[in-house]
Amino acid sequence: MDRPIRVLVAKPGLDGHDRGAKVIARALRDAGMEVIYTGLRLTPEQIVQAAIQEDVDVVALSILSGAHGHLLPKVVNLLKQEDAYDEILVLGGGVIPEEDIPGLKEKGIAEVFTPGTPTTVTIDFIQNNLKRKQ
Amino acid sequence: MELGQRLLEGDKKAAARMISLIENDDPHALEILSESYQYTGKAKVIGITGPPGAGKSTLVDKVVKQLRARGKTVGVIAVDPTSPFTGGSILGDRIRMSDLNLDPGVFIRSMGTRGHLGGLSKATLGAVKILDLLGKDFILIETVGVGQSEVDIVKAADSVLMVMVPGLGDDIQAIKAGIMEIGDVFVVNKADRDGADRTKMEIEMMLDFSHQEWRPPVSMAVAVNNKGIDEIVDNLELHLTFLEESGKLMENRVKNSEMEILDLSQTALLKHMTRSDDNRAWLRGLAEKIARRELDPYTGSQMVLDKMITQSIGGGKDENTES
Repeated sequence: MDRPIRVLVAKPGLDGHDRGAKVIARALRDAGMEVIYTGLRLTPEQIVQAAIQEDVDVVALSILSGAHGHLLPKVVNLLKQEDAYDEILVLGGGVIPEEDIPGLKEKGIAEVFTPGTPTTVTIDFIQNNLKRKQ
Repeated sequence: MELGQRLLEGDKKAAARMISLIENDDPHALEILSESYQYTGKAKVIGITGPPGAGKSTLVDKVVKQLRARGKTVGVIAVDPTSPFTGGSILGDRIRMSDLNLDPGVFIRSMGTRGHLGGLSKATLGAVKILDLLGKDFILIETVGVGQSEVDIVKAADSVLMVMVPGLGDDIQAIKAGIMEIGDVFVVNKADRDGADRTKMEIEMMLDFSHQEWRPPVSMAVAVNNKGIDEIVDNLELHLTFLEESGKLMENRVKNSEMEILDLSQTALLKHMTRSDDNRAWLRGLAEKIARRELDPYTGSQMVLDKMITQSIGGGKDENTES
């Protein structure tokens, strides 16, 4: 079934820098995806509820505040509590130090895209790693 | 059938999945909707429309909060345009509604138009039924930003709130046919801007020309500051009461159902015509004759109808076409 991939792009926590998130949103749109852009300063709880109502395939979290170690795993855990993690791919992006990435992956973030990553890399990753069949 | 049961029990995830399935024309989901259709029709459906940038999403956020304060549960369907070039879209209406994410009495769903014109998506009517089954008292449908003739919302809503803003054009804009004719309740948003009084006056004058039983009220609002929201909701409630008491609610729903079955049959017919290779080849043959002027399109379309009638009398080769 040929349906568009649905992606929630969100910025968790206290972080007003949304240029990166907007660039990604635009790139995913141009790749034919439906991007639900949720805006700034959301709590993990708000993000998870939005992801469930929107029935998305991907949650893409952009974060530049340094709180990724806390906020990203929290989104994963809440998705698990809602029984939604098995179907939703969780991605991170933004200013995240190299040495933090393995820890985030262990906690269920499928991949982390740092500044300078070509948008095509992110698009390919999403297309090849969806948990739900299209 | 499990999905339908979960939906009736108020399960948000079931509702979310059902909407996706309907958007993707899933036959199983259509079956669920057709079996549970008898339980729909309880929710009041309100359309919110107006030009791009009029403040529809902000207004929806505030109207939802006002309805919640009055003890009602609310579903929101927010439609944004899909790119005709890539098929992708950015659905950004939730940005203005993030406070509502955690309210268990509210369910918000964003939809891309996916090539459908008219201000809604093809699956919007299905999504309304799903939120109705989920038990929402009110369902708000926010259309894409409209120009002058995207009037599909009248087919989907009991009551239409038209959001206008100052400075859109002279009074001729207000008397043209099209979207200005479909509002049941009007609001001039961003009323703290220059020209708001004039805009209101022009709308009032336009409305004075029509002599319908219901004269749409016009109010002012500044949605970002939560001003004038009470009055909007009061006006919508007044209109809904008028519809019920005058018998117009049922009258309109009959009209809308008629349009819905025509739309659905049209879609089904087109699908049927293009499904089998035989039909596609036959159609292609007709088209070639028409292009070479050996046949005209009017006779051609009559031949298509005749062929479809013969095929459907000839027995359901396509068991998925109808349920």
